Amino acid sequence: MKSSGKKNRKAEIEKVATRIADVAKNLGALQIMEVCGTHTVSLLRTGVKSMLPENVRLISGPGCPVCVTSQGYLDAACQIAARDNVTICTYGDMVRVPGSTGSLEQHRARGAKVSVVYSPRDALSAARENPDEQFVFLAVGFETTTPATAATLLEAAASGVENFHVLCAHKLVIPAMNALLAGGEVPIDGFLCPGHVSVIIGSDAYKQIAADYHKPCVVAGFEPLGMLTAISMILEQIAAGEAYVQNAYGRVVTPSGNTQGWGLIEKVFEPGTATWRAIGDIPGSGLNLRDEFKRFDALEFFGVEMGPDVCPPGCRCGEVIQGKVTPDQCPLFATSCTPVDAIGPCMVSSEGTCAAWYKYGRRD
Amino acid sequence: MCLAVPGKIIEIIHASDAKEPTDSATGATGASGATGGVGPLGVVDFQGSRVEASLAMTPGVGVGDWVLVHAGFAIAQLDDEEAQATFESIAEAMIEPENPKS
Repeated sequence: MKSSGKKNRKAEIEKVATRIADVAKNLGALQIMEVCGTHTVSLLRTGVKSMLPENVRLISGPGCPVCVTSQGYLDAACQIAARDNVTICTYGDMVRVPGSTGSLEQHRARGAKVSVVYSPRDALSAARENPDEQFVFLAVGFETTTPATAATLLEAAASGVENFHVLCAHKLVIPAMNALLAGGEVPIDGFLCPGHVSVIIGSDAYKQIAADYHKPCVVAGFEPLGMLTAISMILEQIAAGEAYVQNAYGRVVTPSGNTQGWGLIEKVFEPGTATWRAIGDIPGSGLNLRDEFKRFDALEFFGVEMGPDVCPPGCRCGEVIQGKVTPDQCPLFATSCTPVDAIGPCMVSSEGTCAAWYKYGRRD
Repeated sequence: MCLAVPGKIIEIIHASDAKEPTDSATGATGASGATGGVGPLGVVDFQGSRVEASLAMTPGVGVGDWVLVHAGFAIAQLDDEEAQATFESIAEAMIEPENPKS
């Protein structure tokens, strides 16, 4: 409908790509981490990755919620799914992740009730409509998604619903970025910061990382021009020897974020240690239910414990989500592990790095 | 999973789909002081498909306003220009349009 706009954008894209090439000429080999899984897919799908000079490498970070969810979590979900009179309500990507007793999809084939929902509100509605059954919402995701869970729990509490539960594995992005930097195993020269997580937490949330680790942090949207602009900003900062926060998604993200959304999170959750698949426990990176909402905790209600985080033999998803290896360095990639018959979560999730490489090409 | 999609509010439903949240059973000061959970709701038009979304995070929005919706919740208000730009970028770049939450 706006072909002139499209044309202009194409010209803009070329201009920014040229600028990136010019700035990169004077820089050594660089690694920029895209934290968000939606960025991983968009960068590959739109060809942005292939527009970058050889010395500018984008590496994927731990920003695909399905990929970072521990196997112990999935096993707990499967255990609960196997109970009578229980329906598991989940975002679609979770149903195919293999656990130690199979995926939720396989449990469904064996008779478990597993329902894919668009929103936790749908899970709560199902619980209201079926008061004699128990409903468990798989509460995974980062700050973008957590307010939805929080608001739904407030609603459930206010209206006295007792057959609605959450299996909670919400995670926080900033502590994970800090943990990666503190670990120091992966050289990171700058961060392409997630667009929609930043809608909630605000661009100012990255100031600490920019300051403490001297890493440029630039928030980006998901279209080619926005992502390229953000990469260009990161390179300009590096070239100038500076590290601060910039926002290339200004039309949606504000410095302070969505205070209502963050307020919902704080009402219902408090920070705690979270287990990240193959990474292990990161203090302060998870969100636990506050005492007054513990009665919604599916683990407590069903008397189930979160099992250990065991990775499938040979699977390198844990290293992929930390940017330590690329998918093609995993011996299972595109051989025994494919989107149709996935072994690791990074191949299952539509936003997993392995799935994106498999689908859109393998250039790093 | 953090994808959010812009849509236009075409109707506001003031009551949430719960009963009035005045009789909070939690006894929790944090929750009882809240205006509730998910309400008010809006009907949001995504280029023809209409979905109910919670407006709990975007107070003050009204019919005709653009919002960015994720997992059944509006997470940000957009002005017309922002919405148009976001629409175009999503049309060009976004993934799996049949699965807008992923």
